[in-house]
Amino acid sequence: MLRLEAVSKNYHLRSRVVNALDDVSLDIPEGDWVSVVGPSGSGKSTLLLTLGGMLTPSSGRVMLDSDSLYDLTPDQRARLRRGKIGFLFQTFNLVPYLTAAENVQIPLYLAGLSDNDQATKAVVLLERVGLGDRTDHKPAELSVGQQQRVALARVLANDPSVILADEPTGNLDPETTGQIMGIIAEINAEGRTIVMVTHSPQYAGLAKRTLRLDAGRMYPDAEV
Amino acid sequence: MRLRTLVWRELFERRNQLVTSFFAILLGITAIVAVKNITVFSEKAVARELDMLGANILVLPKSASVQDYYRADMQEEQFPEDYVDRLTMSDIQGLDNLSPKLSVPVTAGGREWTLTGILPKSEFQAKAMWQGAGIFTRPAEGCGVVADVPLLGNPETKARETLVRTRVIETLGDSEALVGADVAASLGTRQDDELILLGRTFSVIAILPQTGTVDDSRIFAHLHTVQQLAGKGEVINAIEIVGCCNEISAGLVQKINKLLPEAKVVTVKQIVDTQIRTNRMMSKLSMIFLVIIVLLGGASIANYMYANVFERRREIGTLMALGAGSSLILRMFLLKALLLGLVGGISGFILGTVLAVVLGPRIAQIPVLPMPMLMVWAIGLSVAIALAASYLPARRAARLDPSTTLQEV
Repeated sequence: MLRLEAVSKNYHLRSRVVNALDDVSLDIPEGDWVSVVGPSGSGKSTLLLTLGGMLTPSSGRVMLDSDSLYDLTPDQRARLRRGKIGFLFQTFNLVPYLTAAENVQIPLYLAGLSDNDQATKAVVLLERVGLGDRTDHKPAELSVGQQQRVALARVLANDPSVILADEPTGNLDPETTGQIMGIIAEINAEGRTIVMVTHSPQYAGLAKRTLRLDAGRMYPDAEV
Repeated sequence: MRLRTLVWRELFERRNQLVTSFFAILLGITAIVAVKNITVFSEKAVARELDMLGANILVLPKSASVQDYYRADMQEEQFPEDYVDRLTMSDIQGLDNLSPKLSVPVTAGGREWTLTGILPKSEFQAKAMWQGAGIFTRPAEGCGVVADVPLLGNPETKARETLVRTRVIETLGDSEALVGADVAASLGTRQDDELILLGRTFSVIAILPQTGTVDDSRIFAHLHTVQQLAGKGEVINAIEIVGCCNEISAGLVQKINKLLPEAKVVTVKQIVDTQIRTNRMMSKLSMIFLVIIVLLGGASIANYMYANVFERRREIGTLMALGAGSSLILRMFLLKALLLGLVGGISGFILGTVLAVVLGPRIAQIPVLPMPMLMVWAIGLSVAIALAASYLPARRAARLDPSTTLQEV
C-alpha cells in the first residue's frame, strides 16, 4: 500500500514560492496501476520522486506499507528503495560503461547477491525482456527500445512491489512502445503496483485509473 | 558486479580524463622520487665531504687548549684510554666516529717527527659487538655515516684522505705505519719500506698525500704499539670525534661532558656550523619541492574529481534511485582515487628512479642508486594525496540530492 497524506512540496524560486504539490492525498493499493497525466511543470516529477523516497515533502506524510518514508534516514530510505521500489526512466539511465547484464546486476549487487547469483539472475531477466542474446552489449550498442528493455529488466531485478515509471515510452517508436507497454501490463498482472507518468492518453488508458495533476493539485480523471 | 567493477570500468570509459589525472599524479610522484633520490645521495655525498673536514668535537685533558691540539697535540697531560670505552659503550646518540690518539716525539733521519698512535675502527667494532652494545651497533640514520655511499675515484686514495682528516682507518697491524708526506720526502721512504722508530721496526703500508698541515710531519701507527714504546701505559692525549651535527645541536657535547667530567670537551665551531647550515639547506630544499608538488598534484586531482562528480551526477542519482547509500557513492570515488594513487605511485617511483639514476651523475656529479624504500614512500604519498584531494569531491557526490540529478523525472 502506497499512501500520500496531505503532502505539499514548495520550492522557492527567487522570491516566489512554487507549489509543486499542493495538499495531495492519495491511496494506491497493492497491485494498482495508476497513470498520472498533466501538463509540463504540473508536479508529476515531484510526485514520483516523493513517492520514491527521493524528495522530502514540505509537509505531510508518505507511507509505504507500514513505513513513513520521510521519518527514515536517507540510508534507510535507500535500503527500502533497494527492496521495494523500482524506477523506470524516460531516458533509461543505464550506466554507459557497463554491459546490459552488468546494468541489471547493479540492484542485485546492492542487495548483496553473490557474483554467480547476480550473473545467473541477470541473464534470466534479460531473456524475459527478449535480450538474452545481448547480455554483453553496452547501451551504446543497443537500440533505444532495447535500452528501455534492459532498464525494465534492471527494475525487475530485486522483485520490487512498486514500480515508478516516468514516460517510459516517451523516446520510443510505436512498435517498441507496444512491446514495453505489454511488459508493463504483464508485470502489473503479477501483482506489482505501477505509477506511470505519461503524456499519452492512449497509454494512460491502459492503466486501471488515471489521475490528473495541475499546478500541484491532484484531480481524479472524472473531475477534470 | 562489485564496487571495483564499477570503478574499474568507469576509469577506462573516460580515457582522456584518466590519462590527464594519471599524468598529474605520475609527473608529481616522478619529480618527488627523482628529487628525493638525488637529494638523499647528495646529502650523503655532502655528509662525506663534511666528514672530510675532520673531527668536530675534541676531548682533551682538562689543562690542554685547542691550540695545543693544533700544535700536534703534544701536550704533556694525558688521560686513560678507558675514556674511549666509556664513550663506546654509552648510550649517547650521534657519535659517528671516534679516534683516540697518543702523540709522542720521535727522531728519524736526524730530525724530530711526531709518532701518533691511532686505534683502527675494527677494534671498536669488535669490542662493541662483543659486549652487545655501543655506538657501532646503533642505527645512525642521517648522521653523516657514509659507509654505503659509493666513492668516486680510487678507494684506496680516499681511505688515506679519510685517515688524514679523521684518523679513522679500518684496520692497522701492530707493526704497520702510515707515513706523512713530509716525513716520506725527507727520509726517502716509500710504501713497503721499513722504518725504525723508538727501536721498533715498522712496515710502511702507505704514504699519505700532502695536506699542508702538521699531519705531513706525522707517522701513524697502532695506538697500543705507541703506548708500549712510549712506556706510558694505557693512556691517550686526545679523542677526536666526528659527531652528528644534529645531535650536537641537541646537546651532544653536554652529554659527553657529563660522561667524562675529568676531561675538556670542545666543539670545532666552524666545522659544526658549516655542517648544520648545509644540512638545514638540504632539508629545506627537499621540503620546498615536496610542498610544491603536493599542492600542485593535489589541486590537479581535486579538480579532476570535482569535474568527474559533476559529469556523473545523473549516474549517481540513478544509483541512489536503485538503492545505493551515500557510503557506497563515497567509497566508489575514494576507491577510484586509491587506484589512481597506487598506479601513479608505482609508475612514478619507477620513472623517478630511472630519471634519478640517469640524471643524478650529470646534475649533481654523484652516483645515484635506486632506493627501494622510496617505493613505499612514493606509494604512500601518492595515495595520500589522491585520497585527500578526492575526499571533498567524493563527499559532495555522496551528498548529492538525487532529485536534482534526475531532471526528467
